[in-house]
Amino acid sequence: MITFTVNNEVREFSGDPSTPVLWYLRDELQLTGPKFGCGMAQCGACTIHLNGVAQRSCILPIAAISGQKITTIEGLSEDGEHPVQQAWVEHKVPQCGFCQCGQMMQAASLLASNPTPSDEEIVQSMSGNICRCGTYPRIHKAIKSASKSIAGVEYYVPEKTGEKA
Amino acid sequence: MSQYFDLTRRRFLKSSATVGALVLGTCFVGAVPRAMAGVLAKPSESAKEANLFVALRPDGIVEITCHRSEMGQQIRTAIAQIVADEMEAAWDKVVVIQGKGDLKYGDQNTDGSRSIRYNMQRLREMGASVRYLMRQAAATRWGVSLDSCSAVQHIVSHSSGKTLTYAELVNDVLNITPPETDKVPLKKRSEWRYINTAMEHIDLKDIVTGKATFAADVLEPKALIAMIVRPPVVGGKVKNFDAKAAKAIDGVVDVVEIPAPKGAPFFQPKGGIAIIANNTWAAMKGRKALSVSWDDGKNGDYNSETFKESLLATVSSPQTSIREVGNAAAILAKSTDKLVADYYAPHLAQAPMEPPCATAMYYKDHVDVWAATQNPQADMQTVAAMVGLPKEQINVHVTMLGGGFGRKSKPDFSAEAAYLSMKTGKAIRVQWTREDDIQHGFYHAVSAQHIEATLDENGAIEAYLHRTAFSPITSTFQEGATKAGSFELRLGFTDNPINTPNMKLENGEAPAKARIGWMRSVSNIFHAFAVQSFIAEAAHKAGRDQKDYLLETIGPDRILDVTEEHADYDNYGGDKAVYPLDIARLRHAIEKVAQMSKWGRKLPKGRGLGIAAHRSFLTYVATVVEVEVSDSGELNIIKSWASIDAGTVVNTDTVINQVQGGSIYGITAAISGGITFDKGRVQQSNFHDYRVPRMSDSPLEVDVEIIQSEAPPAGVGEPATPVYAPALCNAIFAACGKRIRQLPIGDQLKA
Repeated sequence: MITFTVNNEVREFSGDPSTPVLWYLRDELQLTGPKFGCGMAQCGACTIHLNGVAQRSCILPIAAISGQKITTIEGLSEDGEHPVQQAWVEHKVPQCGFCQCGQMMQAASLLASNPTPSDEEIVQSMSGNICRCGTYPRIHKAIKSASKSIAGVEYYVPEKTGEKA
Repeated sequence: MSQYFDLTRRRFLKSSATVGALVLGTCFVGAVPRAMAGVLAKPSESAKEANLFVALRPDGIVEITCHRSEMGQQIRTAIAQIVADEMEAAWDKVVVIQGKGDLKYGDQNTDGSRSIRYNMQRLREMGASVRYLMRQAAATRWGVSLDSCSAVQHIVSHSSGKTLTYAELVNDVLNITPPETDKVPLKKRSEWRYINTAMEHIDLKDIVTGKATFAADVLEPKALIAMIVRPPVVGGKVKNFDAKAAKAIDGVVDVVEIPAPKGAPFFQPKGGIAIIANNTWAAMKGRKALSVSWDDGKNGDYNSETFKESLLATVSSPQTSIREVGNAAAILAKSTDKLVADYYAPHLAQAPMEPPCATAMYYKDHVDVWAATQNPQADMQTVAAMVGLPKEQINVHVTMLGGGFGRKSKPDFSAEAAYLSMKTGKAIRVQWTREDDIQHGFYHAVSAQHIEATLDENGAIEAYLHRTAFSPITSTFQEGATKAGSFELRLGFTDNPINTPNMKLENGEAPAKARIGWMRSVSNIFHAFAVQSFIAEAAHKAGRDQKDYLLETIGPDRILDVTEEHADYDNYGGDKAVYPLDIARLRHAIEKVAQMSKWGRKLPKGRGLGIAAHRSFLTYVATVVEVEVSDSGELNIIKSWASIDAGTVVNTDTVINQVQGGSIYGITAAISGGITFDKGRVQQSNFHDYRVPRMSDSPLEVDVEIIQSEAPPAGVGEPATPVYAPALCNAIFAACGKRIRQLPIGDQLKA
């Protein structure tokens, strides 16, 4: 039995421990924000947070998350009000939107560790996330914009706002 | 009422108050387009009887059905903008319903950058009719003249000051016969409040919160997951297979063989063996454990290296004439100082971020399909053929598409799901992996081109010969076809804008040993690459500035009708009286982008600007790219600029976003290693070896200006792509003097 939390809810898993977290989230929990784009950590569509840090869930075996904390786009904020999500709206970043949950999770992780990244640091951090619609210029601008507003904003934690843990 | 709507969308279900809603429909049958006549090109015979539907709920909510597929071009928003504007609906009372596949809508093939072009007129009429009915209903209730009633933002007002809301008038409206289309007044352009603005797209909030439903996000019906091992070679078949190890995997519930296709590929599944499991991971493991041996068939000899040589050989000798004026061949034969260039570009895969995916549930007399499809009517047809039911019995529910780029116009994946559901009696979701997508696609054609020209004493092109050869899309529909269709040649080859007294265009035949399909802007990509590169090469030979030379080469403002030069040219299905090839508009796009990019400015060493301009999908785009090439040959795209004249546009931000994205998509052709074959098998498998642009490959700024125009609407999704690779390669030449004629660029800058 592997125990961990997903968006602050305690979960247990007793199936194949080699199962990638992506498929557990999608098939078992029906959390469909993380997407399947490549299956080998090449595109970033499946990006989630493991203890607040961006990870590719398509290659992360569930055995590796015992006692750890998983956050998906569904848990990033209560109603899309994370500064990154707000910046994505402000800059009208998405086209098809398929990669954008992964992009936002990557961006949120970047800004959590480095609230004022340089242009080049943004490119480095984001170049593992592919967008075939080619929204990169807008992603870059949105991260700059979120960077301005993120100072002092605490990472969303549901139990602090009274939601059931 | 309910038969008009796809009731699967949750937010629609929440409101059951649809009884008594007004449905507009048949009043548009046989509608005669009025203002902007000719805009509504009839896409098919059935389009006359088809319609989109507006419904008003008693609570005042307006339901607008979008019959085109949403894949990032914000068509759901654009359709709503048009209808809501003309009907004077308040935007916060608009709900968009995604239309199922249904012939009544007419063409639903979301492809060819034509959703607005084909539909704007009838959408306006539909919206305007509702506004008219509302005014009529209020006038009747009040016993006043129609002219004394006006409708603004969901409220009808009488000149006396009294008002009624649209919601209050719904039941009255039901008793009024809808007006003839030509009696319905349309708004003047100056009265538009939503059209030609940058309204936020309706799905944006769902996307940023992870709620948008793509094909694999369909949770009802609860489906088993299928992963399929397909023949690695087109035309190959399963020789034998051993499923014992696969079946032993926990979670695998069935192994089913899918029959090999017959005849030309069309959109038929490739066949193969499906592993069906109760979760995705089990299906993946099962697939890995399966052992299959194949009969490769006649394409087992396909090798990209030897094929490239054969294409280049084809274009080195005279081929079938496509367009001719003057006497280019004779002049070129005599010339001792001609400019000669061969261009080559490999296959490409569309590689949308969402790999193909569909869920199907087969019943004896019908099938339900949920698919990320660009063309639900193609799903109806393909699934019907696969399961032996009439196509009217195939209900295709269209999800959001995680990109399409042409791949999802070919619904082999829906047919796989339907077949497996028929065989198992269960709901089945077929999930393609990235490897499946890269190795079993319908590829952008591999191509070779040969261009030669002589310049006159002023440096202008005196004689021009251009030959093209590529594996044609016709082969997908006609077994063994080697001749390109005029629908492929018209894409940037037949309609080049070069103003020269002597021109000859020729096309050589080429076989297809893979499934060939269209990819965003299709053969415009390699044709514009060759033509726009060659013009810059000629400019260099003539010692002229690229931009000035490009303007001179397209010649004086005029309407170019290539059919007068013996060419078969259908102008993208657009009436040439309405959508002429207007050189003045092309010139204007070039001048605009030159101004935006401050063309002619002095650049530091190692930097260069390149320009290209091209008309495709009836839209004019010009692009300038600025690059830096280091001494060691590292390429950095600094910035690019684009101007677009797409005629009337609906959502200005969408146009800018599409041009930015279409530009970056164009980088794929330049930097991707392409798709190559050996022994009939694709040699790439995932994003590690099929390179697509990442942020690090992309300019961080793509400045776009829309050239405002009252011309009828033309294409937006594709036209920014073809110009990009030539503008980029022209910039590389300006930066470091290296001319790229073979794509991808690869390590050509390092040599």
